[in-house]
Amino acid sequence: MKIVVCIKQVPDTTEVKLDPVTNTLIRDGVPSIINPDDKAGIETALQLKETLNDGSTVTVVSMGPFQADVALREALAMGADEAYLISDRAFGGSDTLATSTIIAAGLKKIGFDLVITGRQAIDGDTAQVGPQIAEHLGIPQVSYAEEVHIEADGTVVVKRQFEDRYHILEMKTPCLITALSELAKPRYMSVAGCFDAYREKEVKMLTYEDLKDLLDPSQIGLKGSPTNVYKSFTKQAKGAGTIYKDLSTDDAVAAILAKLDERHFI
Amino acid sequence: MDFSLSKEHQLLQQMLRSFAETEVKPLAQEVDEEERVPFETVEKMKRYGILGIPFPKQYGGQGGDTLAYILAIEELSKVCATTSVILAAHTSLCSNPIYEFGTEEQKQKYLVPLAKGEKIGAFGLTEPGAGTDAAGQQTKAVLEGDHYVLNGSKIFITNAGFADVFIIIAMTDKSKGTRGISAFIVEKDFPGFSVGKHEKKMGIKGSSTCELIMENCIVPKENLLGQEGKGYSIAMKTLDSGRIGIAAQALGIGEGALQETIGYVRERKQFNRRISQFQNTQFELASMKADLDAAQLLVYRAAWAKDNGQPYGHLAAIAKLFAADTASDVTRRCLQLYGGYGYTRDYPIERMMRDAKITEIYEGTSEVQKMVIASHLKVK
Repeated sequence: MKIVVCIKQVPDTTEVKLDPVTNTLIRDGVPSIINPDDKAGIETALQLKETLNDGSTVTVVSMGPFQADVALREALAMGADEAYLISDRAFGGSDTLATSTIIAAGLKKIGFDLVITGRQAIDGDTAQVGPQIAEHLGIPQVSYAEEVHIEADGTVVVKRQFEDRYHILEMKTPCLITALSELAKPRYMSVAGCFDAYREKEVKMLTYEDLKDLLDPSQIGLKGSPTNVYKSFTKQAKGAGTIYKDLSTDDAVAAILAKLDERHFI
Repeated sequence: MDFSLSKEHQLLQQMLRSFAETEVKPLAQEVDEEERVPFETVEKMKRYGILGIPFPKQYGGQGGDTLAYILAIEELSKVCATTSVILAAHTSLCSNPIYEFGTEEQKQKYLVPLAKGEKIGAFGLTEPGAGTDAAGQQTKAVLEGDHYVLNGSKIFITNAGFADVFIIIAMTDKSKGTRGISAFIVEKDFPGFSVGKHEKKMGIKGSSTCELIMENCIVPKENLLGQEGKGYSIAMKTLDSGRIGIAAQALGIGEGALQETIGYVRERKQFNRRISQFQNTQFELASMKADLDAAQLLVYRAAWAKDNGQPYGHLAAIAKLFAADTASDVTRRCLQLYGGYGYTRDYPIERMMRDAKITEIYEGTSEVQKMVIASHLKVK
């Protein structure tokens, strides 16, 4: 089975702050990491490969600037077999739709049986790219995967987290799942893995030139991105609410009405 | 000159930092208080290849180099010097001499499982009467047919309580002085070999430091490491190399203390100000940072020289002398910035100060380092 994991390099948002004047991210000095959900996806892929133990492979793919190379090397050092960086100036400015269009083209080029993406990236939080890739590829998908295993006949069984329950779903390959970070605790890179990631493995580039047969120029980059950011702003922290305890129904109604009156809501 | 780490070393450093912070740091206080070996960490180090960093893959290693190993010691030492000394004794003092001086058979039999972390190594040179004066070995080894018979005892042996393989230095011909000293690979289960008293120490309290006793200990002839009479030279070369590791340990302890203290002074308030706002705090930390960076450059230089096949004995001695001195100085000054809280065991700084002291003593005291450096200067 060829398992392909789509990963994104993101700023470590636990260390990111917004510029209060421009409302843009201050990225200076902020370390870049593999998006946590995606990293759980890598771990899952490695575990599936180890469990299957049938010559299955794990490929990691990322779309981004050259700096994303190090995220792919990290995945290689964790044990992935091969890595692809989809990168081209023509892809710059892509929103989720254009991004998923390009990644889907990349996946067609690379080949896949099972595609794993993270649920969502911590810098954008859209949770759109994974499902969109499945739609572009015309393959079944299960999002919010918390557990996954593969049956002897190749059926992919996924436990999907839902608001108030779980769904156990089965799919035939080729298919796609989006991984929650709860899916698996990522392993560390191994020492030899760190060396092999540079000495024995390579990050292969896929540019527009490599994918142009599969892409419509009007569907990629800024031109292919219908999303426009209308406004961005820093959310003001709300004050703590008031809690009324142990009141009778009548007293509670009176207290709420008094509060609404005080704030001129009524 | 290029002072930056290669990309693979940077990736490795990232991995080690995260491993140390997540897996090792949470145990550090407990390991110290309970004076217990963190076996769970040893197991994890095995899983990720940390127990065989500088050895070729063909011998079960990770295909790394001295610098990579040094980075591991440095990162682990920032959070727990007990953990780093387990790794240092195992790698520098046991696996390394087998790699450098062992026969192919010895490498296959001993280095492979050591580098894979399936076995843990230790090194026995020091005796009650042979510390800095290592040539005064009393342990004797006598060849009897197909085996040597060892008699004597060793003290202060790191990892002794749980190691599987020991490099033991013993006198094979007293009349030849240091040229009558030989090195042996001894397994813990060899007849006549036993582990004695466990030392209670000031620092690195989780590491197992014990006496070794050899009473008519039978060691097969093929377990002689190098040639007969070359043991002293093997021991000295092993220590030359090991010193880079201890220098890195000292460096890491100092860096860890600085890191903790920066966090503390940003929080602690006196006179209605954070104590980080006082110039004394700022100057102290700035001065310590300068010393630690100097130590780091010396340590990396020694590792670089070894990796590039250059003479490094004096560079290792310089690095260890300076880094150990810096570690003791920095941890003491950091504790002073903590004030009374630093003196309590609720904060890690007193542990770091206790741990730092040993780096001025083991694998050659600071005075021995000065002897090595003076000898390199040809000052007699």
